[in-house]
Amino acid sequence: MKPSPRRHTFTRAGLLLAAFSLAAAACGSDDDSSETADPSAESGSITLVAYDSFPEGDTPVNDALDEFTAETGIEIDILLAGDTGTMLAKASLTAGNPEGDVMWGVDNTFLSRAVEDGVFEPYLSDAIDIDPTLDPDLVTLAPNGEATPVDFGDVCVNYDVAWFDENGLAVPETLDDLADPAYADLLVVENPATSSPGMSFLLATIDEYGEDGWQDFWSGLDANGVAVVDGWSEAYYEQFTWAGGGTRPMVVSYGTSPPAEVIFADPPRDDSPTGVIASTCFRQIEFAGILRGSDNLDAAQQLIDFLASDTFQTTLPLTLFVYPANDAVVLPQEFVDFAVIPEDPRTVDPELIDENRAAWIDEWTEIVLG
Amino acid sequence: MNPLPRTLVTALAAVPALGLVVFYFWPLTTLLVEAIDGRSVSDALTRHQTWDVVWFTTWQALVSTALTIAVGLAPAYLIARYEFVGRRQLVAVLTALFVLPTVVMGAAMLALLPDSFDRTVWTVIAAHVLFNLAIVVRVIGTMWEHLPIDMEGAAATLGATRWQVFREISLPLLRPTIVGAAAIVFLFAFTSFGVIRILAAPGTRTIEVEVWRRATQLGDIGGAAVLSLLQLAVLGLVVLWTSTAQRRYGRPIDVRVHARRRRARGRRERSVVAVISGLTFAVALTPLVALTIRSFSTPSGWSTTAWRTLGRSEVRPGIRIGVDPVAALGQSVQTAAWATTFAVVVGGLASLAIVAARRSGRLLDIGLMLPVGTSAVTIGFGMLITFDTPPTDWRAAWWLVPVGHALIAVPFVVRTTNGVLQAIDPRLSDAAATLGASPTRAWRAVVVPYLWRPLMVGAGLAAAISLGEFGATSFLSRSGDETLPIVIEKLLGRTGSLLQAQGYALATVLAIATITIALMIERAGDTAAIPGRRGTRRSDGRY
Repeated sequence: MKPSPRRHTFTRAGLLLAAFSLAAAACGSDDDSSETADPSAESGSITLVAYDSFPEGDTPVNDALDEFTAETGIEIDILLAGDTGTMLAKASLTAGNPEGDVMWGVDNTFLSRAVEDGVFEPYLSDAIDIDPTLDPDLVTLAPNGEATPVDFGDVCVNYDVAWFDENGLAVPETLDDLADPAYADLLVVENPATSSPGMSFLLATIDEYGEDGWQDFWSGLDANGVAVVDGWSEAYYEQFTWAGGGTRPMVVSYGTSPPAEVIFADPPRDDSPTGVIASTCFRQIEFAGILRGSDNLDAAQQLIDFLASDTFQTTLPLTLFVYPANDAVVLPQEFVDFAVIPEDPRTVDPELIDENRAAWIDEWTEIVLG
Repeated sequence: MNPLPRTLVTALAAVPALGLVVFYFWPLTTLLVEAIDGRSVSDALTRHQTWDVVWFTTWQALVSTALTIAVGLAPAYLIARYEFVGRRQLVAVLTALFVLPTVVMGAAMLALLPDSFDRTVWTVIAAHVLFNLAIVVRVIGTMWEHLPIDMEGAAATLGATRWQVFREISLPLLRPTIVGAAAIVFLFAFTSFGVIRILAAPGTRTIEVEVWRRATQLGDIGGAAVLSLLQLAVLGLVVLWTSTAQRRYGRPIDVRVHARRRRARGRRERSVVAVISGLTFAVALTPLVALTIRSFSTPSGWSTTAWRTLGRSEVRPGIRIGVDPVAALGQSVQTAAWATTFAVVVGGLASLAIVAARRSGRLLDIGLMLPVGTSAVTIGFGMLITFDTPPTDWRAAWWLVPVGHALIAVPFVVRTTNGVLQAIDPRLSDAAATLGASPTRAWRAVVVPYLWRPLMVGAGLAAAISLGEFGATSFLSRSGDETLPIVIEKLLGRTGSLLQAQGYALATVLAIATITIALMIERAGDTAAIPGRRGTRRSDGRY
């Protein structure tokens, strides 16, 4: 009895380990990311930090990046760092010793914080020809060239076209309308404390009613039965009548949601099931910047120029569903047909946003959830 | 038990202790020291929401834990003691529930629950029970199947009712394991994140959610760090209490190496087994079926397009969104294989060390539990600023993610093995010593063979944890290694009915992958226990 259990025991341990290592090795044989992961300051490679929804491969955006590599010999590693807020928090924590060289996607609601925390190495791209529909103040948002605007989009109230038809109700036209009892219990919004579109919509109301007036509007909206959920997916895919089988025919979503509904419709369709209420739109502008502490400044500058070039910008609409900041780009037909670019989108000064974000959220929470 | 040589115990404990210090305490301390200052402390402590959040976090976790244990005992017993059609499958399905991304499970639950239940604290607690059922069934079930069945039989022969047998015999023997399982369930409910965000009323927050919100949305790392300190304080108390309770209730018994399950006998027993297993299956399968259905449904009716276009690079002519489910599945499985390997090796060593070292073992035991109950943002951000300079510039190292998963998985391995190891009758070692075996040899002959079956169960839970992408790793930046849960969240974060259906299709794939892996490990575990039958015969001889 003495020797055998022991031998079995250790053979089994060995087998177990071997099995796991084999499984891992088998899966990993075609994966050489472990080698490229070494962040040595090799001049031929550069790391682009982006938010999670940035594509890692096999899209026109990535094809364009490959073109950049082919032209310059600079390899690009894409590093996904979480949602925009998380990405910026990490960049602030590691300012000076960053995770990568260039960061894509800080928007105007976070820009001031990024600049204040010293995340960026100033460099203004001269390749960019700022879109004339942008607020002229935008260029001065990063006055010392800390970051370059690369794309923009809007957060707007979307509505279910069929629902309003069937119920014989006119689609609301203004923010004021949303608090009208005729539209009671029809709107779902995201919590600005936890959601970026939720925050943008709060900012839209602050733009409309002012720093001292938005509170009354929200009290009215609350009394009118606005539903609040934590994030975009829950609002759009659970509560919205069109996509979630919910009970709310109006939802805070993106200005480019209608073209996405057409492009990714199943079965295919040629009209959009949803529309956008243009007067509710808040403009989000995204920036790209060089991360301070990058040991590859020259390559980083070349990449910023490329990200602003029309070669790259052309790929943005149908991949990220945003508008290119470069106005030399021709928009895809779906965007022309189904997306609304509001003539006078709402904005709030980024510095004001940064100063008041926490206080506004607390105040909003008291009014709507308290 | 005979004292093992000190060097052996130290050697066993070295790897787990070192791992814990390097990958938990170091990053955690770095972040806390860097972020906390006088102002953030006073700000956080004087904010009344802070105390509301701490209170809510604690009470909902306590209630969730109590209910999970109450609901889980019956299926745990069933799985431990009876052989019935679908036994393994039941375990596998429960494991799948544990793994699925909360986005997906939340959606499935919202679809199933009547509207009046939407977004109340009871929905949250129900979700916690459902998610954590697998822990209770596996951890307690594993101990239960090792309990000597003879004692129960004897009591029954003497006229005890089933309930009396449970209360007087099984429960006291199970108590340390129940406490251990409860501690883990508590930690999961205590650090609940996704469930709260999706199912709770807006504005309802656990400490975990508030830490995330402060750190990532408001950029208030200091405030977040103070909150994670508060979290650690509650956590320390709970873990200390459970660890003490486990010791107090623990008693050596004549454990079985190999489970003896039997078929139900008699009509009454058969119907009890059928009802309990049927109910558990129904509860566990409903959300899975719901999400499968959603993968076929679009706003305009039923469709199989999501499945047909799943692996395709162009979801629509000329439109590529860069989602590669096959690669993501491969990445998930590969990460899970490494995480499981790390967790099993470290957890196995830790278990042996904890049992052998007694007093200082308790310290290790407590320490290993801490990562489960610590804010993932805090550990993740801590790693970011700790492993940032050579020679420990590991921010981009491929193994950091599986190590992070193992950090959460090790306590599961320890919990499943510890109960069994602690219950081994010391007289067995004494007997071996009497026969002339050295303490080390007696230990190898008596203790080590008991390790395998619970270790395999622990491995199953570890693989599940990794597949479900729990813990700090969701806050590490990643490149080229998207796992399934991450791809699913990506798809469900975009507009378009096709992408939504694809998200649910992938969730179904993840569920199937989990069920398959759980079944494989379950089978391997059963096989692993067979040579140990010697042990059974040996201890049988004592009666």
